[in-house]
Amino acid sequence: MINFDYIRTSTAKAAVEAKAKSASSQFIAGGTNLVDLMKKGVTSPEKLIDINSLPLKQITADAKGVLIGALALNSEVAENAIIKTKYPLLAQAINAGASAQLRNMATVGGNMMQRTRCSYFYDITMPCNKREPGSGCGALQGQNRMHAVFGTSEKCIAVHPSDMCVALAALDATVHITGAKGDRKILFTDFHRLPGDTPELDNNLSTGPGGQKGELITGIHIPANSFTKFHYLKIRDRSSYAFALVSVAVALEISGNTITNAKLAMGGVAHKPWRLSAVEKFVTGKTATKETFAAAANMAMEGAAGFGQNNFKIKMGKAAVAEALLQASQKI
Amino acid sequence: MPTQNKNESRRDFLKKSTALAALTIASPVLTKAGENDEKIAALFEQMPLRLEVNGVAHALSVEPRVTLLDLLREQLHLMGTKKGCDHGQCGACTVHVDGKRINSCLSLAVMNEGKKITTIEGLANGDKLHPMQEAFIKHDGFQCGYCTPGQIMSAVCCVKEGHANNAEEIREFMSGNICRCGAYPNIVDAIMEVKKGGQSL
Ligand SMILES: Cc1cc2nc3c(=O)[nH]c(=O)nc-3n(C[C@H](O)[C@H](O)[C@H](O)COP(=O)(O)OP(=O)(O)OC[C@H]3O[C@@H](n4cnc5c(N)ncnc54)[C@H](O)[C@@H]3O)c2cc1C
Ligand code: FES
Ligand code: FES
Repeated sequence: MINFDYIRTSTAKAAVEAKAKSASSQFIAGGTNLVDLMKKGVTSPEKLIDINSLPLKQITADAKGVLIGALALNSEVAENAIIKTKYPLLAQAINAGASAQLRNMATVGGNMMQRTRCSYFYDITMPCNKREPGSGCGALQGQNRMHAVFGTSEKCIAVHPSDMCVALAALDATVHITGAKGDRKILFTDFHRLPGDTPELDNNLSTGPGGQKGELITGIHIPANSFTKFHYLKIRDRSSYAFALVSVAVALEISGNTITNAKLAMGGVAHKPWRLSAVEKFVTGKTATKETFAAAANMAMEGAAGFGQNNFKIKMGKAAVAEALLQASQKI
Repeated sequence: MPTQNKNESRRDFLKKSTALAALTIASPVLTKAGENDEKIAALFEQMPLRLEVNGVAHALSVEPRVTLLDLLREQLHLMGTKKGCDHGQCGACTVHVDGKRINSCLSLAVMNEGKKITTIEGLANGDKLHPMQEAFIKHDGFQCGYCTPGQIMSAVCCVKEGHANNAEEIREFMSGNICRCGAYPNIVDAIMEVKKGGQSL
């Protein structure tokens, strides 16, 4: 790892100001993604700005919903009483990710900002348009078993690896951001982006390969809801401690046997958490039967296209959507 | 290419710090060391760090890039904590920071200012082994032993967190510790016994 300067900050303002002073600086929270990438030489910031002392760890609820501080640990969120009772989908998704140790380090903001696990992105001897724009995409015709089937471009077929973010996309969360120009809020589903011609930009805070605008995520707001049935289904190569091949987050309201409200999103299939809005509309008003779920699953995977090794994700995605809907509908 | 710029600016920095060394201290040792970029860099890029390891307070000086794992092993010579993968993928480096289990290979040492660290060396009470250590011996919870310090540190927290209520839950919440020898069934048995024993850990 190339050495760097390191400073600690204790307010959001100081962190943002420090970031503005040095273009090649990066915030560090849990470090579980950034330190890994620095060891691999994928990114080499000249300065790290430690934001762990910022007062952004609180989880506070009111009638409108819950606000989770950007520095709340993944484990703290998953164990929080409010989250476990009112937003169990989020707790389940977080616990499906990484390991107990990593969740004790990983923060909500860091989880959102984590980079893809594409092996070409990670290997600096390989071409990767995300890491080095213009160098080509190794995965397009190479090892692409883990890669995207939705929203891809000729430049990049990487997926966003987060589980937590899939639940947040389904739950209509909003991201709270602060920067030199003040505060702003953005819908969670608009936070991450598709690769298009600029795969070096992961999300709305990115400026280039590894660079960020200098804005800081301060928290996530999830609006209150009356979903009673939830499920996060994650399919992976081993039963724990592995990234998703495909995952599905489902939240349902069911009255009698009729679905009155539904939210769905998928992970492991795109450059961003993949919200299934058309499927939500389709199932609303229908009875919660296997036939409905099978039709919903077909609809979910319409337009999906594989790149060879990942073609299996289309069939797997269908099965996963149907199964997640079934599991959610059977929750008591 | 950004890497090249980076090297140039680093070289600039090194030149400046060498000049600074000559100006301010003018020590023959330093001027000689100036021939060696790495040594000079090491002298000028260190930070003070205070932390407590197994109840002992330390005032250290470290480069920001040193991980907690490397600090423990190389500066404090506590070799019990193992380096398996160095990338958060195996759990061999598990230690407790302020009572929470973490992967020390992905934590920069400087991020642990003022924290209390416990390693496998700090678990026993003098000659009296910790109940989890006893249980691993009793249940044959290891073969080669490489993953064992990490397993035991992780297992203690697994019980304390309340995630050891049944075998399935233990397997899920211990999944961050890989054992290439496959001692898993015995590790689960050891943890179940400690959980049932109900001692304060
Ligand atoms: C072996 C392994 C397995 C894993 N498995 C999974 C898995 O199955 N599922 C899953 O979802 N994740 C998994 N992860 C990823 C893990 O969840 C992320 O590494 C973690 O969430 C990152 O959070 P952090 O706080 O450690 O971020 P850091 O590493 O500290 O930071 C990551 C990035 O976010 C930026 N950043 C951090 N906080 C903020 C903020 N508040 N505002 C703006 N920018 C910020 C940093 O500048 C940096 O660029 C795994 C990781 C490892 C190492
Ligand atoms: S050495 Fe830290 S997880 Fe493997
Ligand atoms: S005992 Fe050998 S790796 Fe676990």
